[in-house]
Amino acid sequence: MTDRRPSAQEAGPQQTFEAYLAEGRFMIQRSRATGEHVFYPKVMAPSGAVDLEWVEAKGTGTVYAITVNRKREGSYNVALVDLDEGVRMMTTISGVESVAIGTRVKARIETGEAPRVVFEPMNETAPRVANEEAHA
Amino acid sequence: MTSSLRGKTAIVGMGTAGVGEAPGFSAMELLGLSVRAALDDAGMELSDIDAVFAATSSHAFASMSVVEYLGLKPKYFDSTNIGGSSFEMHLLQASLALEAGLCDAALICYGSNQRTAGGRLVSMSEPQWHETPYNPRHPITAYALATSRHMHEYGTRREDLADVAVAARGWANLNPGAFARGPLTREDVLSRRMVSDPLTAGDCCLVTDGAAACILVRADRAKDFPKAPVYFLGAAGANWHRSIQAMPDLTVTAASESGPRAFEMAEVSHGDVDLVMLYDAFTINTILFLEDLGFCPKGEGGRFVRDGRIAPGGALAVNTNGGGLSCVHPGMYGMFLIAEGVAQIRREAGERQLDRADIALLHGNGGTLSSQVTAFLGSEAAL
Repeated sequence: MTDRRPSAQEAGPQQTFEAYLAEGRFMIQRSRATGEHVFYPKVMAPSGAVDLEWVEAKGTGTVYAITVNRKREGSYNVALVDLDEGVRMMTTISGVESVAIGTRVKARIETGEAPRVVFEPMNETAPRVANEEAHA
Repeated sequence: MTSSLRGKTAIVGMGTAGVGEAPGFSAMELLGLSVRAALDDAGMELSDIDAVFAATSSHAFASMSVVEYLGLKPKYFDSTNIGGSSFEMHLLQASLALEAGLCDAALICYGSNQRTAGGRLVSMSEPQWHETPYNPRHPITAYALATSRHMHEYGTRREDLADVAVAARGWANLNPGAFARGPLTREDVLSRRMVSDPLTAGDCCLVTDGAAACILVRADRAKDFPKAPVYFLGAAGANWHRSIQAMPDLTVTAASESGPRAFEMAEVSHGDVDLVMLYDAFTINTILFLEDLGFCPKGEGGRFVRDGRIAPGGALAVNTNGGGLSCVHPGMYGMFLIAEGVAQIRREAGERQLDRADIALLHGNGGTLSSQVTAFLGSEAAL
């Protein structure tokens, strides 16, 4: 049999992704050999490649699907965004109730106890982002 | 390819318990009552059962819990849990085990008390770490996202979704066992509280109690039981993702793969199908599965269901019990697809009985449009 021992020097992909986020960096994986991007972070690409390196996400993408969860305590949208690198992620479009599918969006990292990647419409006429952290 | 499993096994006992509301009973107690009902239906005793297939929303090791509760010592058991599609997969697994001679009488069962226990959909589904920062509501957010994409790509309208709910209610109104009965209009569905755009409360399945169980044996002794055998004709599963983030195309489910494989195994073509039972957790499900299973082209599902085409008296008999939307939905609904298939094929469906009910398609869905299992049941005439 073959044993693949995790490196003692580095964490697994999930923890690494979250550590980058805590540093304010939006990083995704890419296979050196095939060039394919991977998200969410994994130990192996869909092709089977394990030569995954971390690269800075361009941060631009397009809204693929969106819904607004209506709750008594307040509503918020949940969206799927296709990054320009060709991978999809769940996120929220910040500062707006909702946007049209197909809207071009740009990522920013919302800081705090649990940092996360959110997106804002790229359209100049889009509403201003309410969250002050956007301009930190 | 001719399948060696077609017609080799049959359901000889079917039971339900606590459909709707069953205050004061636990999930396992309801399950136990449905097993007793299935045994009575088959004229069998517990000691005849030597295989158990079970999955529930509340037991991590379902077959283990069922075995203990019923006092069984099965030779074969399986707790495959792929959400609401588990039981259609159990039909396939039970048929494989029976045909291999590993067992002689297979019990498939489910029970839930989630309406009276909490009134909320119960799930043991673990959070998906890459989705939780955005606080999706499980499972409706996923289905709402799929709906938004279908509307965007194909012009499907909220009115079309509402027509799915109205058709289901039409059937429920012919079924005294259905939980939600009474008049329902398109406007009623559209004007209900928006839960997750574009889905209103009227686009969502019920949360009920309920349990169901069935017993399968090899076909060679299926006629030794009191009721007409309901034969297993074939089944196939397909699974491409777990969380909605990873679904390749939100308008195409893995039913587009499970369906063709199941049709081939069962040697059935679309014109042969008398009854179509689709897991309608949300109104978009019915539209997606009609397309993916080949009853209409991709993108045409919204137009297909318009104006009563799947309601009583319509062109295609879909979800004749009233479905998860209006009959029963105790968390994992897949057993109830089987129950209605059996009821129609045995001609026990009362006022909603179809004129011809020889071949039933059952399509189970699990997770967030994730696991898809298509199965066929048939009468003796279908063999």
